[in-house]
Amino acid sequence: MRAVTWQGRHKVSVETVPDPEIVNPRDAILRVTSTAICGSDLHLYDRYIPGMRAGDVLGHEFMGEVVDTGAASTLEKGQRVVVPFTISCGQCFFCERQLYSACDNANPSETRDASDVMMGHAMGAAFGYAHLTGGYAGGQAEYVRVPYSDVGPVVIPEDLADDDVLFLSDILPTGWQAALNADIEPGDTVAIWGCGPVGLFTIQSALLLGAARVIAIDHFPTRLALARKYGAEVLDYREVDVREALDEMTGGIGPDACIDCVGMESHGFTLDNVVDQVKAKFYLATERPHALRQAILACRKGGRLSIPGVYGGFADKFPLGQLMEKGLTVKSGQTHVQRYTGELLRMIREGKFDTVSLISHHASLEDAADMYRHWHDEQNLYTKIVLKPGMARGTVRAVQAMEQA
Amino acid sequence: MPGEQRGDRRPLYTAVAGLGLAAAGIGFAALQRSKRKKRAEPISDAPHWTLEKQGSRALFGKSLLINRPKEALFAAWTVERFPEFMENVVTVEPLGDGVSRWTVKAPAGRKVTLVNRITRVIPGEAISWQSEPESDIANSGEVRFDDAPGGRGTYVHLILAYEPPGRALGRLGAKLLQREPEVQARRDLHRFKQLMETGEVTTNAGPSARASEHPAKSHI
Repeated sequence: MRAVTWQGRHKVSVETVPDPEIVNPRDAILRVTSTAICGSDLHLYDRYIPGMRAGDVLGHEFMGEVVDTGAASTLEKGQRVVVPFTISCGQCFFCERQLYSACDNANPSETRDASDVMMGHAMGAAFGYAHLTGGYAGGQAEYVRVPYSDVGPVVIPEDLADDDVLFLSDILPTGWQAALNADIEPGDTVAIWGCGPVGLFTIQSALLLGAARVIAIDHFPTRLALARKYGAEVLDYREVDVREALDEMTGGIGPDACIDCVGMESHGFTLDNVVDQVKAKFYLATERPHALRQAILACRKGGRLSIPGVYGGFADKFPLGQLMEKGLTVKSGQTHVQRYTGELLRMIREGKFDTVSLISHHASLEDAADMYRHWHDEQNLYTKIVLKPGMARGTVRAVQAMEQA
Repeated sequence: MPGEQRGDRRPLYTAVAGLGLAAAGIGFAALQRSKRKKRAEPISDAPHWTLEKQGSRALFGKSLLINRPKEALFAAWTVERFPEFMENVVTVEPLGDGVSRWTVKAPAGRKVTLVNRITRVIPGEAISWQSEPESDIANSGEVRFDDAPGGRGTYVHLILAYEPPGRALGRLGAKLLQREPEVQARRDLHRFKQLMETGEVTTNAGPSARASEHPAKSHI
């Protein structure tokens, strides 16, 4: 089959690889019909995440048709399913408490050690996302093996199109959990850093959960326009001092809840050279690590801080005293996707979410290398890319023609 | 210029200061070590295998929470099922009278033979063993099943002591080759947990663009 493979920093290629096989009784095999490129795939593309090996199949946002099942799978051939990016057994201490992304069985014995040392406890597992989280082949491919297929996959009714439901795999539940983690109360003003796909779903979720006001922060005009379309007031941080603006918009007390949908794109690990590399990125490269610090300083006293953005290691100049003195509550973590998919599918059917208008491009799986480059370099125009294994090479459909904010 | 001269000497001062700090550090560590040795009885309530790290025998324990009742786990911990989750065990051959001969994978493609005698069985609770003189590696150990609080299942403790061939250096080498008993036991115990909780041993088997791998076999 054809699959998108990671080959090194800024090197992605589509290769012919063996087809996946049923290995365990609870497995299923899907023929992938749609698969998206995620913001966190850029961490791999930029090689911020160690534990990638040349030849790994990428992709953790995908859906498709069941074509084969193991003896203990509850799926049936021909069903259309969306697959959560988190691989979860459903039976361990963590899964029983619906902490699916912390599943203690999905990360195999052989790949647990690195994150066990690094994080204090081994991480859970995900598709197509480095050997720290299991080294599973991803879904940016024609076919994919889905372990524990009786727990994760969401069966999709025929009347819903791929674009309507694909994001149940990651970014919609991630935005939903980000908003839930902000413990929103009626009348709240919620500030959201980052208007990427997760930020855009966080905006929609915060309003659905009763926020009186959402203020979204970014600098890409197209993304700010989408944020406004979904009901947020927007701040372009190139135009204003964000903290001053937030204070002036909240009578000087600051937002009740702050949500960091940016992440650091920097991962400090145990090797000194990696740490040094990260530090260089910290001080020189971007203002991205600035977002979390700014959120802590901006948040009102006794407010709530939710961190869906991906962080990997040790942060420098972290405003810990400010966090403590202001009495903030912090919630964070990878998304417990399986906890939310049923509820979110129902809300999609009820028309509560706009899951489609953030998609800027559909492209052939064969054009993945170009699409990764665009996703990395042209974040204003490319707000979300969906790859289709069925499309002919060179076919790119630009769906969205957003007016600039 | 004086500034330049000072600049030239600075690395020397730094080196001297660094050496001093290092010496102080070593001295402090030695003092702590001697203090620890003098102490007769440990104050900590920690499990004994986390306290007794000195000596030529490698001693370690690994505890895992398994979300199943201890009776079920005890019943599954049988020689017949070991190959399902003990990746390094090639064969287990019962010799009678609680003695069995184990063929186990060792570093660099070699195999070692262990001859172990079960010394104590508490049904539903614990199994202890001790190696016989003809065993390639002297070892002893215990697997214990304790109820976890709050209905969480069972704490399974696997405690193992052995004489590392080649002492500390040999042990380090074996660890690097991923064939050291502590590494193996920890991974085997996790596979046991996977099997008991999910009914299967977790695998990341799947396609990659690496010719050396098979889509139906696990890889690191």
